Amino acid sequence: MSMKRARGDRVFWLLAFFSSLSVIVMFTLLFYELLSNSVPIWKDGMSFITGMVWDPLKGLFGAFPFIYGTLLTATFAILLSTFLGVGIAIFLSEIAPSSLRVIISSIIELIAAIPSVIIGLWGIFVLAPFVRDNLQPLLQHLSFIPLFSGKTLSGLSMLTAILVLTFMVTPIVAAIAREALLMVPEDLKEALYSLGATRYEVVRHVCIPYARQGIFGGVILGYGRALGETMAVTMVIGNTPSISASILNPGYTMAAVIANEFTEATGDVYLSALIGIALLLLLISLAVNLVGRMIVWKWQQEG
Amino acid sequence: MEMAARRLKDNALTIYSILSLVVIAIPLLHIIATTLINGAQSLTPEFFTSLPKPPGEEGGGVANAIQGTAILVALTMLISVPAALLTAIYLSEFPESRLRDLIRLLNDTFMGTPSIVAGVFAYTLLVTKFGFSALAGAFALSVLAVPMMVKTMEEALKLVPTDIREAGLSLGIRHWRVVTSIVLRTAMPAIASGVLLTVARISGETAPLLFTAFGNPNFATGILEPVSALPLMIYVYAISPYPDWHRKAWGASLVLMIAVLTINLITKYKLRRR
Repeated sequence: MSMKRARGDRVFWLLAFFSSLSVIVMFTLLFYELLSNSVPIWKDGMSFITGMVWDPLKGLFGAFPFIYGTLLTATFAILLSTFLGVGIAIFLSEIAPSSLRVIISSIIELIAAIPSVIIGLWGIFVLAPFVRDNLQPLLQHLSFIPLFSGKTLSGLSMLTAILVLTFMVTPIVAAIAREALLMVPEDLKEALYSLGATRYEVVRHVCIPYARQGIFGGVILGYGRALGETMAVTMVIGNTPSISASILNPGYTMAAVIANEFTEATGDVYLSALIGIALLLLLISLAVNLVGRMIVWKWQQEG
Repeated sequence: MEMAARRLKDNALTIYSILSLVVIAIPLLHIIATTLINGAQSLTPEFFTSLPKPPGEEGGGVANAIQGTAILVALTMLISVPAALLTAIYLSEFPESRLRDLIRLLNDTFMGTPSIVAGVFAYTLLVTKFGFSALAGAFALSVLAVPMMVKTMEEALKLVPTDIREAGLSLGIRHWRVVTSIVLRTAMPAIASGVLLTVARISGETAPLLFTAFGNPNFATGILEPVSALPLMIYVYAISPYPDWHRKAWGASLVLMIAVLTINLITKYKLRRR
């Protein structure tokens, strides 16, 4: 009887152990597959990453336009999202009447769950025309700045992609920043209020410093999300592999070129170039996550 | 003077925070409203029950995509719920293990995998050998689903008080019985909510399916065949030149959005408030 029971525990442990091992196996396999299937493109070493021209018909595979498009759109989007997300979090934790707080934050959480392909659909038929007819004429007054010097006829541009990403990422940043702000001890705030501080001063000198670690965690998470976002961006960015200083011009991202060209890729080099881009995208996303984790960890060490 | 400046800053903070909310709320509510209005027009009985018509022809429905999404979600859950649950049990119920930190780190890292990369992974691993299939699609979705569920399940298990475990063990109940009948039962609402949120998340995923499940204009008859899916169909229809397909894309979006939001609402109000 007791042997049988011990065997039960043994089997249970083995099952759990091998399931967890599968996490390690899958992780190794993921890198192995992406690396071994992109071997042809790494033959020229770094020239794949720095290559400025992507022209599969001529056999030219330079990944730089996609790296540029990915970093540019994600970085602009996370800057906007941080600004807006922190504002929303402050509203929800410090300013809104308590009856509104729960409702609004539930709605925001809910909206963050809308599939990105639906946001892309809206991007094509609503946002792109709006950018073309309203935003673009407005920004053309600033066309002496290289950032706003271009123009699209369709409204499909890096600006449209940045906006779509901002709408998708801000709820994430806001939700996490709000949680961080709610962790600020009430007595710290009360102490400052009792000295006659205004709400601005409490937020500026107590809430933000206290919650910066959590807020930063949310920003990094959002940045990772923006870098890897595929569908909504693919649908609105215009898919043109050029390197333009102007966000009013169309662009291309790493995720978008994989989504668009993978099934059409003829020839081993073409396919291996796309798999190489997938590997780069994975490495960039993981690096962002890792750096964020390390900074948060360092702050925790400092107390 | 000093006081006026302080009050000005205080008002600026209020305005900034309210404007932030408004700037984000308008487009997001617009997305929901547009999907509701445009989508409602294409929701006819035929939309749910018939197969798509050939490109350019009017009429037809998205029944194949609804079937495909059901198959993909079911398969993904079949693969990933047992794997994630056992991994979470290993992480929370076997504290003496040395591999725990490594597995937790890799799992957390996996959560940052871009969804399109999961599709490429499934392609090189499975599609190159067995062709486009529902199974390859479910594998790609599992790469995204498992890390999310491991995380929520481990947290759910950790919330179960240690006393309960010790009480069970001190009665002479075996470890595996304590975990399966006492710990899991206590953590069940939280585990269920994690599973449901994952279902909501993956049923809207498109990128991992583009070159794995691939799409299919007919009903699939097996899991080794290509299948369609609602998000896949929305994408293909959205970038097509046919107005009728655009209308169908809105219809499919409405169906998908209602499904995803309903699951989220159920999780929020039924399972968390226990």
